[in-house]
Amino acid sequence: LQYPHATVEPLLSGISLRCSDWYNRLGAGSLLTGDPAFNYQEHELNERLKRLYPAVNEEETPLPRSWSPKDKYSYIGLSQNNLRVHYKGHGKNHKDAASVRATHPIPAACGIYYFEVKIVSKGRDGYMGIGLSAQGDNMNRLPGWDKHSYGYHGDDGHSFCSSGTGQPYGPTFTTGDVIGCCVNLINNTCFYTKNGHSLGNKLSALSFCPCLSFQPNLYPTVGLQTPGEIVDANFGQQPFVFDIEDYMSEWRAKIHSMIARFPIGERLGDWQAVLQNMVSSYLVHHGYCATAMTFARATETMIQEDQTSIKNRQRIQKLVLAGRVGEAIDATQQLYPGLLEHDPNLLFMLKCRQFVEMVNGTDSEVRCFSARSPKSQDSYPGSPNLSPRHGATNAHLHNTGADSPTCSNGVTPTNKNKSHNKYTGVSSASASSSPSSSPSSVNYSESNSTDSTKSQPHSATSNQETSDSEMEIEAEHYSNGVTESSTRIMNGTYKHQEILQADDNSVGNGVADDSCSSRQLCGGNQAATERMIQFGRELQALSEQLCRQYGKNATHKKMLQDAFSLLAYSDPWNCPVGQQLDPMQREAICSALNSAILESQNLPKQPPLMLALGQATECVQLMAKVRSGSCSFARVDNFLH
Amino acid sequence: MKNAVIGNNRQKANLIVLGAVPRLLYLLQQSSSSLELRTECAVVLGSLSMGTENNIKSLVDCHIIPALLQGLLCSDLIFIEACLRCLRTIFISPVTPVQLLYTDPTVIPHLMSLLSRSQHTQEYITQIFAHCCKTPEHQTVLFNHGAIQNIAPLLISPSYKVRMQALKCFSVLAYENAQVSMTLVNVLVDGEQLSQVFVRMMQRDKPIEMQLTAAKCLTYMCRAGAIRTDDNCIVLKTLPCLVRMCSKERLLEERVEGAETLAYLMEPDIELQRIASVTDHLVSMLADYFKYPSSVSAITDIKRLDHDLKHAHELRQAAFKLYASLGSNDEDIRKKITETENMMDRIVSGLSESSIKVRLAAVRCLHSLSRSVQQLRTSFHDHAVWKPLMKLLQNAPDEVLVMASSTLCNLLLEFSPSKEPILESGVIELLCSLTQSDSPALRVNGIWALMNMAFQADQKVKVEIVQALGTEQLFRLLSDPDTNVLMKTLGLLRNLLSTRPHIDQIMSSHGKQIMQAVTLILEGEHSIEVKEQTLCILANIADGNTAKELIMTNDDMLQKIKYYMGHSNVKLQLAATFCISNLIWNEEDGSQERQDKLREMGFVDILHKLTQASDPNLCDRAKTAMQQYLA
Repeated sequence: LQYPHATVEPLLSGISLRCSDWYNRLGAGSLLTGDPAFNYQEHELNERLKRLYPAVNEEETPLPRSWSPKDKYSYIGLSQNNLRVHYKGHGKNHKDAASVRATHPIPAACGIYYFEVKIVSKGRDGYMGIGLSAQGDNMNRLPGWDKHSYGYHGDDGHSFCSSGTGQPYGPTFTTGDVIGCCVNLINNTCFYTKNGHSLGNKLSALSFCPCLSFQPNLYPTVGLQTPGEIVDANFGQQPFVFDIEDYMSEWRAKIHSMIARFPIGERLGDWQAVLQNMVSSYLVHHGYCATAMTFARATETMIQEDQTSIKNRQRIQKLVLAGRVGEAIDATQQLYPGLLEHDPNLLFMLKCRQFVEMVNGTDSEVRCFSARSPKSQDSYPGSPNLSPRHGATNAHLHNTGADSPTCSNGVTPTNKNKSHNKYTGVSSASASSSPSSSPSSVNYSESNSTDSTKSQPHSATSNQETSDSEMEIEAEHYSNGVTESSTRIMNGTYKHQEILQADDNSVGNGVADDSCSSRQLCGGNQAATERMIQFGRELQALSEQLCRQYGKNATHKKMLQDAFSLLAYSDPWNCPVGQQLDPMQREAICSALNSAILESQNLPKQPPLMLALGQATECVQLMAKVRSGSCSFARVDNFLH
Repeated sequence: MKNAVIGNNRQKANLIVLGAVPRLLYLLQQSSSSLELRTECAVVLGSLSMGTENNIKSLVDCHIIPALLQGLLCSDLIFIEACLRCLRTIFISPVTPVQLLYTDPTVIPHLMSLLSRSQHTQEYITQIFAHCCKTPEHQTVLFNHGAIQNIAPLLISPSYKVRMQALKCFSVLAYENAQVSMTLVNVLVDGEQLSQVFVRMMQRDKPIEMQLTAAKCLTYMCRAGAIRTDDNCIVLKTLPCLVRMCSKERLLEERVEGAETLAYLMEPDIELQRIASVTDHLVSMLADYFKYPSSVSAITDIKRLDHDLKHAHELRQAAFKLYASLGSNDEDIRKKITETENMMDRIVSGLSESSIKVRLAAVRCLHSLSRSVQQLRTSFHDHAVWKPLMKLLQNAPDEVLVMASSTLCNLLLEFSPSKEPILESGVIELLCSLTQSDSPALRVNGIWALMNMAFQADQKVKVEIVQALGTEQLFRLLSDPDTNVLMKTLGLLRNLLSTRPHIDQIMSSHGKQIMQAVTLILEGEHSIEVKEQTLCILANIADGNTAKELIMTNDDMLQKIKYYMGHSNVKLQLAATFCISNLIWNEEDGSQERQDKLREMGFVDILHKLTQASDPNLCDRAKTAMQQYLA
């Protein structure tokens, strides 16, 4: 599980979701059993670290959470979940000094990192040092004495920067004081705090404080030297005494203003052209024909693609998003002959999706058997097709979901008994669901007769040259079914705005509808169910054929299994693999088909906007890898609204 | 006209010279004029007011302010906004007398009522208030008309300008005003305490202007006693915020304001001084304040040089003030300050700068540092600070004189190595003239310095003091209405009357007057401290060889001593017993007669009684005295 994913596939809204996703798993994995207070603290810690360092990917670069029982000198004792450090040597002279490092180095993606240490007891002489050191530094020393190590010492208040002699820096510290160490990986400096007060690092003539020029990975480090010295670390387990978030907010603002004020000088015209092109190509890519035309007119730019071609793509996309995959395949074959034949993978994906939509009762091959329930009809506009999320995001998201133990559990049994149990599974499922569902489906068809006649003309006209307004009708129909026809005629360019607003609502509504409706297999129709099973067999045959032709394909196998598994449950919508039925799942295949068509027309399969977004995301990732701390405050999702 | 004058100061001046203002005002005030016309007039006037200071003077001379204020009574919002905009521009100009806002008592309540009209009225009105609230009276007027309740909600206005002006209003309202400050702490804005709103405005990602002004608000509330100095919002928020304002990254104006506000915040609190002294290396950060104009700016950029020069004085005085505040209590901090690069040299040159503000701040800083025994003995002497200080004392304005003479007091302490050279520079005349000043602070400092000077001094110095001051002036000071002056004068007398030969000499020449003065004070209505000091003088007199007789022959005085031996205050009892003990001391001539006389007067009984006193000192003293009789 990575965040964000390291391909150029851009991420729009999936970011926050995924972030919390791995976090939950991580938290669950690292919890110790038994002690509820400790669990609570662990939870607090995770929450705080997540808030402070949102850009850190802990799978790659874990954050320090305690002192390392391995990376310490023998005179150091650890207790209290490896947070408390005490000295247990002789403490005769500096040769008896002893240090301990944290479990992990500070990831550069933190941007600004902070930890605190409370002096529980200053012991005999209070020769305590708090700071940073690199792995491999001698642990028989206080931090600051060796190369790549930095420390602030309690007995004299001096700061040691890779040298045995310190510089006057701050006040001394002793029992009861809380000392903090802040590493700024943006300007590569470090400063210390005492009881919540910054001791500073900005100095002109007398530079006391470390400038961490180029550094290997640095670890939080504490060193003790005389008996009785005890200190407690706070890596985020408790609220910090120093207001580190306030300090971070200043740097966030600095970096954002740096970005906002990035000088473009004389290239202003070029930039504008690039931006207009990005917007225009994005609109074209997703088939917002009228919007794209209007935009092109207003900005006096050209659209590369032919208008008819845009509309064709738009129509196909709409069919997929409406769950009418069969029709989409037909239309593709008709308009772009040879495309699917040359891309059997895509065809197979489409067919699998068609099977899923048959289960759903939305595909036209099953829909023709009965009037649809209004719920399944609504599910088309319910999916946020008007502001496309990028397909790859969602596909990725759900793949990862399927990898998690809970999801794979449901799949495993079918996996084993695939060849034998599959069809019995199907029949039992249809047997259990169809008798109970038929009466209600009759009721539906009667009560919704007006509704279905209303939507009928749309599907009838959809094979002809459909105009943009159809899309708008559908959207308005969803948001406000009564006034649809009047608004359609009257509102010229305003329409688009309304659609977008309607769409915002529709996301929420669509989900709510899905969860509370009682849905039935293939719309509850017997004949449709039989057609579905027939189709399933064809699909199986296609799979076997592809297997013979191109060799085994694990992805196909998995796809087919997942699709067929739906039939193993009496309520496919509420089963472990039921997520496939979510209209949102259409977006991935829709975007794949759209890209394939565009590619066949020698047009970019990704809109440049998405490409730029993906590149920016990737660039920020790379910044973290080369230890450029500003990446944490220049995250792409900060700029997406 | 409107289009002609926009952005053109010459055209503005031309129009004004041609008499456009009275005509515009006439049209503006004519209720028969259409609203559009009146609004346009207000807009043109607003444009004219954006011109030079001379333009504004001309407008004010044409009585524009009452006319525009009158216009605010109109109900049309556009017209009101145009009037307010013009009024705002006029009132924020330094040439406009702020009093004009308060002449008509109905104006302020009306402005308060207009606050709810629009964001523009809010912005202009709060800006007017923020600029026109200059005295405690202004604060009271605004406070009484509900300024706090009306302006507090504006702190969360969606408009940044409104928030900022509202914040500025609170900073001027709360300054040295306990009533306002106490009210402010209890105000809730959208369910949140005002202090928390200010804390949020100090967050580091907020604009600097906002952080600084919010910090000022909290500082003033704290100094007015409405917020404790150990409150987290002061210790962990306001103080660090103000320290940040002193950093090199900030603009020169911000650094000046930051340092001055910080100095004011921590002036009375040693704990805040200690925290500030270690925060972000403040002490060495301030050293940068003296590096303007920097050598770099002189070469590279003439504009920058001009800017630096303009602020150089302000920066220096702000740094001196902050150093003074930092070092006013803690010896370690004082040490840190004097060890800062070239610090003492900077103070010395600051004392003779042309700017009075800098001189005053420098002498304040010096005064603060002069409270350190160690610094007096070392750095003060090494840098001969007394020289510029003495120079400063000649013909300086009173406020400088107060600080300088106060510093001089410390430099004249007997352990100070500067004492000798100062004495030789003929300071006595100067100090004696200070004791005749109308300012009580100067009188105190003058007599205080003399008192310090007389402590364990040579006979020659003492005589010089008495001669220079003159007995007449000395006795005038003994009846000074200021207790401090009286105390220091008594202190001077006591220092003069020490060691036996000196006592006898001074008493032989001035004995009569001194005894009179002592009688007067002991009979008068004075504090315990004053009477104690006086009894101590009497005890010193009783220690002289010949001076003793002045008491022994004065039965009235002896009765007084007797009275104070039986006083309810132990300190007075002790001092009086001391006096008797000196009179009956055995080894001196005529002690037998004195003992006999005092026994007759019943002193032995009193002493006997005092040996049973609960206070151990008094008890000891009485026993020692009794032993004189037994020996």
